[in-house]
Amino acid sequence: MHHAIALRLSLTAGVILLSFGPAAAAEELSQGGMLSASCAGCHGTDGRSPGAIPDISGKSAEFIRTALEEFRSGKRPSTVMGRHAKGYTDEEMRLIAEYFEQNGGRP
Amino acid sequence: MSEQTRRTFLQTLGSVGAASAVLGWPALGFGAGADGRVVVVGGGFGGASCAKYLKRLAPDLEVTLIEPNAQFVTCPFSNAVLGGLYDLDFITHDYTALRTKHGVEVVHSTVTAIDPSAKSVQLDDGSSRSWDRLVVSPGIALRWGAIEGYDESASVAMPHAWKAGGQTLLLRRQLEAMPDGGVVVMSAPRDPFRCPPGPYERASLIAHYLKQAKPRSKILLFDAKETFSKKPLFEQGWQALYPGMIEWIPESRGGAIEAVDVAGMTVQPTFGEAQKGDVVNIIPPQTAGRIAVDAGLADDTGWCPVDQRTFESRTHPGIHVIGDAAIANPMPKSGFSASSQGKVCAMAIVAALRGETMPEPSYVNTCYSLVGPDYGISIAAVYRIGDSGIMGVEGAGGVSPADADAAFRRDEARYAVGWYQSTTADIWS
Repeated sequence: MHHAIALRLSLTAGVILLSFGPAAAAEELSQGGMLSASCAGCHGTDGRSPGAIPDISGKSAEFIRTALEEFRSGKRPSTVMGRHAKGYTDEEMRLIAEYFEQNGGRP
Repeated sequence: MSEQTRRTFLQTLGSVGAASAVLGWPALGFGAGADGRVVVVGGGFGGASCAKYLKRLAPDLEVTLIEPNAQFVTCPFSNAVLGGLYDLDFITHDYTALRTKHGVEVVHSTVTAIDPSAKSVQLDDGSSRSWDRLVVSPGIALRWGAIEGYDESASVAMPHAWKAGGQTLLLRRQLEAMPDGGVVVMSAPRDPFRCPPGPYERASLIAHYLKQAKPRSKILLFDAKETFSKKPLFEQGWQALYPGMIEWIPESRGGAIEAVDVAGMTVQPTFGEAQKGDVVNIIPPQTAGRIAVDAGLADDTGWCPVDQRTFESRTHPGIHVIGDAAIANPMPKSGFSASSQGKVCAMAIVAALRGETMPEPSYVNTCYSLVGPDYGISIAAVYRIGDSGIMGVEGAGGVSPADADAAFRRDEARYAVGWYQSTTADIWS
């Protein structure tokens, strides 16, 4: 009896867990997502900017990583990006760049 | 969960009610989203960001946002409305996208009580909502009476305009009605308060309006502090754009206002003579929003202590406090910070409900101020968690350069508008 209950519970739970899976459009709970959420404050959700701030949605990872590194070193002049870029490591810049490359098309 | 699955599940549970109680499956509460149920109190920068990002991270999560107003008028850029650069529509947002695009249930009601043990909130329409996690993002409450004579009724004659909307329009109308040669008296509070550069941007953009419409007028900015955010940059801008028009009076020179007389339109500093104004704008001392204080989430300072990694309350587990109401220093009490905290909090909650480890928190603040329509300045910071809580990343952030040229200030003014459009789109669209 107890075995039967356990089996039914686990089967049911299995079905439910499958239906729990995030929909395809769901954003991953990831370090890249965490870091990139900071960028969205000025560049818009997933980098889609409606105004004067450059739109970075769907830009290649290479483009974004290079820009961030050059803002950080001062090679690329900026008003505020130099101040921001100094707050991130090489690895974090890589995660941010990959995030915007991969998540540009999300509605 | 599909109806078929739900029915099967109900039957299973029904047949083994006792066993399920022992197994403890309360997270699978019926009617709740599969990931659980989160109620967010307050639809401002913090709460609306948190609700949207919760749904992005966990579409199956049931997220209810409770906000009294059908439209939200932002404090950011409300000084530009005072200065005549924009109308109120520009700073007004609604909850349509949160509802239809992101699947947040938005309820326009006021939370009257929070019951931490029953995990429910009471609404003023008589209904209640239960939650697995609660997010409280109520902004600030103005401390009526902290300045003698300055209560809610006094704010009709002497607007605070520190919550945007009707108060913003009221102050604008008073400025429009003021004769040329009039005196605008402002009073800025001690730290901490909402939007540290706000009073100084306000003085700037009022000066911008007066310079065109009433050039013989003056602004007396009484301050209960000895310094303020971006001070050298503001003073440089005032000198460049409005020489002699703005006088800043620090506490040591009688800047702290202890009383007002509404009938006489005067303010009384802690020492020195009373000052009469043709227009008087009092920005009073503040605490965490009322519901946070009522629910016992605030400490003796009037603000809410939280675990700065997750924003979970130090007094009530399962309840998170974000935005102006939370103690998150060195992050300032800004809308932008509140939004950043809302996202970090969303990730903390989804991780907790799923039993996962949350990503390492990363927070940001960027605040632009307009000294004039073509003269912008900014302050920025990147934050991480250190041993004692949130800390600014060393070497990053800071304010606009002191020696920037006019083109740089113009670029920052343009970016200020873009920043506003992006951040509000990131939250309400």
